[in-house]
Amino acid sequence: MTQAQTLRRTPLYETHVAAGAKIVPFAGWEMPVQYAGIKEEHHAVRTAAGVFDVSHMGQIKTSGPQALAFLQRVLSNDVEKIAVGGAQYSLLCKEDGGVLDDLFTYRLAPDTYLTVTNAANHEKDLAWFQEQAREFPDVAVEDQADQHAMIAVQGPLAREIVQAVADGPLPSRMTAGSARLAGHHALVCGTGYTGEDGVEILCAPEVVADVWDQVVRRGAVPAGLAARDTLRLEVCFHLYGNDLMEERGPIEAGLGWACKEETGFIGAEAVARVRAEGPAERLVAFTITDRGIARQGNPVLGGGEVTSGTMSPSLEVGVGMAYVPAGLAEVGTALEIDVRGRTRQAVVSAKPLYARPAA
Amino acid sequence: MADASYPEGLLYHPEHDWAQIDGDVATFGITWFAQDALGEVVFFEAPAVGSTVTAGEPYTEVESVKAVSDVIAPLSGEVVEVNEALGDTPEAVNEDPYGAGWMVKVRLSDPAEKDALLDRDAYVATLS
Repeated sequence: MTQAQTLRRTPLYETHVAAGAKIVPFAGWEMPVQYAGIKEEHHAVRTAAGVFDVSHMGQIKTSGPQALAFLQRVLSNDVEKIAVGGAQYSLLCKEDGGVLDDLFTYRLAPDTYLTVTNAANHEKDLAWFQEQAREFPDVAVEDQADQHAMIAVQGPLAREIVQAVADGPLPSRMTAGSARLAGHHALVCGTGYTGEDGVEILCAPEVVADVWDQVVRRGAVPAGLAARDTLRLEVCFHLYGNDLMEERGPIEAGLGWACKEETGFIGAEAVARVRAEGPAERLVAFTITDRGIARQGNPVLGGGEVTSGTMSPSLEVGVGMAYVPAGLAEVGTALEIDVRGRTRQAVVSAKPLYARPAA
Repeated sequence: MADASYPEGLLYHPEHDWAQIDGDVATFGITWFAQDALGEVVFFEAPAVGSTVTAGEPYTEVESVKAVSDVIAPLSGEVVEVNEALGDTPEAVNEDPYGAGWMVKVRLSDPAEKDALLDRDAYVATLS
């Protein structure tokens, strides 16, 4: 069991075990995959509030007079558009346009940014940042993964619950700001990855268990990685390693909106070329129309493959995302998916697959 | 979900399947351990009545929200009945794995194969 020796634990590990969570290895970490049950946790987030431990995600702080110029070079989106206290989604691309990671970047101060990385990609991203920073002498790149614990409170009641333990107003959607939560200093961000309203909270590892307990006591249901996956897939948010990868680019993934080639980011020329010519394949959302559930790696007949697939707890049908030839990408196109030797009928569906009911 | 249980009187395959033999027909299902490992079962497609199953080989698949898993036949024979109700209520596999969650009934082609299966205590010992 050499693997077990190298797996890391978040500061909430003991909290998860005490709550009866099932723990699984994920991206080098021992993480809770579920507590009471995936469907229960999923519905809690859709109808009330859930809380996720996302402390395995990494953070990179970029600061200095050249921080903006540097981030314009490495991140695909227009970083200049982020106001102080703002947040932005972007991609980290290679020269050929292949996606190294997808990231949220917060502008904490005029020359200070914090970028959240996916756990499995953190070391790779950090090395990439450090390598590119050599051309920017007035920028400091700091690994901050060990300095932050991170939880996400998500759902229609999430803000109300966090507000009850906060000493001031919470930042609105897609903005970030300092706050005191349960008496502790925290960075609160109006972001998340479930399609629901809510906040993500970054705080010191020593205090995160207290923050977690306080939001749970006020009704946030502990939710695991499995519910996080079904929630994000219903709203067609990409998961790196499933739907995004170094071998494919942003346009194919439907993320052209997060790429601003005029900023001259690494990979911009390749992205511009695919945008102009049209991609050979596109990432589509699909719904199974007969029975069954397609899974990652299942081939699409006529070309392509499923990158994410599950039973949707909200829609109660098999759903997923797949790269298909551009000619099969239009909404309404019938697809056939080879699910372990059985052909399942599916249809290309509009994104998102699940839309939050209007308030 | 039901509490952990492994009834006496059933025979167990180490791949977490059970068989209850009644004359020359046996009922198959998956154990509490298997359903717990899978999590909420959301889809079960029964094999066809009349198809043959082979001891130690998969005869169908069961899907949970997160995973798909082969279901192994503990004994060989011909499928004579399938639990059609699981099409509408696959969660019965979680709630009642030895009752309403049964999967198929099989007319045994070689009843002596049962000697290779485990009794309750021997199976439970494999779980620790």
